[in-house]
Amino acid sequence: MSQLDTPVLELRNVTKTYSVKQGLFGKPKPLTAVNDVSIKLARGEVLGLVGESGCGKSTLAKILLGLEAPSSGQVLVDGQALGGQDRLALARRIQPIFQDPYSSLNPRKNIYDIIALPLRVHSIGNEVSRQKSVREILDIVGLPARVMNSYPSQMSGGQRQRVAIARALIMKPEIVICDEPTSALDVSVQSQILNLLNELRQEFGLTYLFISHNLAVIEHLATRVAVMYLGRIVEEASVESLFDAARHPYSDALLKSVLTPEPGLGIPDTHLGMTYPNPIAPPDGCHFHPRCPSAMDLCKSQRPTPLFDAAGRIECHLFSP
Amino acid sequence: MCQSKSCQDTPILSIDNLTIDIPTSAGTLHAVRGISLDLKRGETLCIVGESGSGKSLTSLALMGLLGKRIVPRADRMEFDGIELTTASARTMRKLRGARMAMIFQEPMTSLNPAYTIGDQLMEALTLHGGSSRKKARARAIELLEKVGITAAESRLSQYPHQLSGGLRQRVMIAMALMCEPELIIADEPTTALDVTIQAQILRLLADLQREMNMAMILITHDLGVVARVADKVAVMYAGELVETGPVKEIFAAPSHPYTRGLLRCIPLPGKTKRGSVLGTIPGIVPSLVGDVEGCTFRTRCEHAAPACRGPIPLHSSPEGTHSFRCIYKPGSLQAEAALSTGTSV
Ligand SMILES: Nc1ncnc2c1ncn2[C@@H]1O[C@H](COP(=O)(O)OP(=O)(O)OP(=O)(O)O)[C@@H](O)[C@H]1O
Ligand SMILES: Nc1ncnc2c1ncn2[C@@H]1O[C@H](COP(=O)(O)OP(=O)(O)O)[C@@H](O)[C@H]1O
Ligand code: SF4
Ligand code: SF4
Ligand SMILES: [Mg+2]
Ligand SMILES: [Mg+2]
Repeated sequence: MSQLDTPVLELRNVTKTYSVKQGLFGKPKPLTAVNDVSIKLARGEVLGLVGESGCGKSTLAKILLGLEAPSSGQVLVDGQALGGQDRLALARRIQPIFQDPYSSLNPRKNIYDIIALPLRVHSIGNEVSRQKSVREILDIVGLPARVMNSYPSQMSGGQRQRVAIARALIMKPEIVICDEPTSALDVSVQSQILNLLNELRQEFGLTYLFISHNLAVIEHLATRVAVMYLGRIVEEASVESLFDAARHPYSDALLKSVLTPEPGLGIPDTHLGMTYPNPIAPPDGCHFHPRCPSAMDLCKSQRPTPLFDAAGRIECHLFSP
Repeated sequence: MCQSKSCQDTPILSIDNLTIDIPTSAGTLHAVRGISLDLKRGETLCIVGESGSGKSLTSLALMGLLGKRIVPRADRMEFDGIELTTASARTMRKLRGARMAMIFQEPMTSLNPAYTIGDQLMEALTLHGGSSRKKARARAIELLEKVGITAAESRLSQYPHQLSGGLRQRVMIAMALMCEPELIIADEPTTALDVTIQAQILRLLADLQREMNMAMILITHDLGVVARVADKVAVMYAGELVETGPVKEIFAAPSHPYTRGLLRCIPLPGKTKRGSVLGTIPGIVPSLVGDVEGCTFRTRCEHAAPACRGPIPLHSSPEGTHSFRCIYKPGSLQAEAALSTGTSV
């Protein structure tokens, strides 16, 4: 594999199991939040990750950030196993932007301190050069230099999210993990942040893992999409093929649920049951079978084997290898 | 869309010039200013607007839930002929239990952690509906099943903290529907839910609403939800209603610059080019503490002119169903936009 083909970030058969207690006296039971996930991110790509809440998206993001260790499997950065790299070195290359611009910024620190913190932690430059870097990055994210002395509580949601982006980018990372970066924002501010993320990606050749509930946003920003259900990636494809011709019944239901702003179309019927699966006791066979409108007898007992083809990857008995 | 005959009746809800001032240490916060709207049985009104624009306060005022410190004023705020601004606390309590219900943005604030789901669901009926416990229990189970909660019977004995956020939100919806209210106000009822569940819950709400001929006010940030659910739309900005109208007109011919800006901000699947630059509304909402004059959108409006500091006229369509507040006359901005973007509006 040439240097160019090496994924900048790769997960190989990553599983994360938590031990959870049910009730006060219940015995701890294993909960598999991420189940045998393999993904590759090529440089400059935006991988959109979608799936319902609790399906394991944030856990996956935390593993990629080195904030959680996988129970099994490997994370590779530029083809090198994550365990072999130290945490600080990793933090220089992979940075997060989280959903909540309110709680992710320290309310007692001013904006300058918040943005300069990563530089201090990594002992980069002196106070003068840090000042300069902070000014530069504020300009890039579209904030005036005078906000350096403000506190998070004095800023709007959109401004705070810009601060969070500035903090993530000051280290000049290659990969940015965005976990619902715009869902707490107003529509009018969301578009500013999306434009900014898109601009920065082109300017600095960044690679994004972009988690969002909003499929219109994913369609707009992503180059590839992975659909997750109960810890597993059930479909992965280019944004075009996923949005034009989703194959997995769950992907299909997700797309059907998107409410485009077209009056008169009414609310679509997803043909899905509303039974949320219990992640502690996931259904046998295909995890999706109790809700799947296309479920067959086979699906109740046998887990589908993933099929890899030109369009991507799909895990469903309708598409058996 | 409402077809039933009772739709032609007088509005079940009629608000004229609702104003909410809130005393703060920095001065008076003019949180809601001069809101007027009407709602008929069977109709759905969606309120959209920036966070902090006064959507929740407006609905809390309707429900009589603002608390003692905040006193709403209005020339009229009538629910089926009952003036709400002067109604006694007792009257309001009765109305809330039996004829008006609200689904809150944050389910934990309205579910009592000390009581089981079953007790809270049944209380609405046994207290206000005069039903027997047995009947109330059957209705609770029926509604929990309707909102898609499995093993509904066993949920009755659970406490709110034992449920996930999505489940709690569905319990809230079931609770609001227990007494078959005539007016239901839902404040961002599906924002915290997944898209598939959101579609299911909205379908359910719309079905139940049609079945019971309820009037519904749905507050949401999501323009997709508005398009699919609303009969009428009210757009709020910084405490004011800047535009109201039938849903089709609002989306096909938005008139207020804020409404028009909002619609340009969202990527339209199949229409907006992937990865293209989205429209934005730069700037932030102004402070509403102290004197508030002129159009509050002027700090962010691309068409702002000196006249926007003064009194702003309200333009209404001939039928009176579509109106907006701006110094520009209806159509003048649309024609200009059509020229500049080359699209028809
Ligand atoms: N109890 C209160 N005391 C003081 N100010 C308040 C109170 N409740 C609301 N406000 C203020 O009134 C304004 C309108 O608030 P409201 O909660 O109605 O907004 P909203 O449109 O529902 O926003 P969101 O979408 O964020 O919930 C805001 O400026 C808010 O900070
Ligand atoms: N620290 C933890 N301890 C126990 N369970 C956890 C922990 N973190 C996440 N989980 C569980 O793992 C699953 C996936 O969680 P998460 O990745 O946060 O979901 P998402 O971000 O998709 O909403 C959920 O069932 C969640 O309850
Ligand atoms: S394997 Fe069966 S149950 Fe699972 S998604 Fe495919 S058809 Fe549906
Ligand atoms: S009144 Fe002036 S500032 Fe307000 S929306 Fe109209 S043009 Fe813009
Ligand atoms: Mg999450
Ligand atoms: Mg609110």
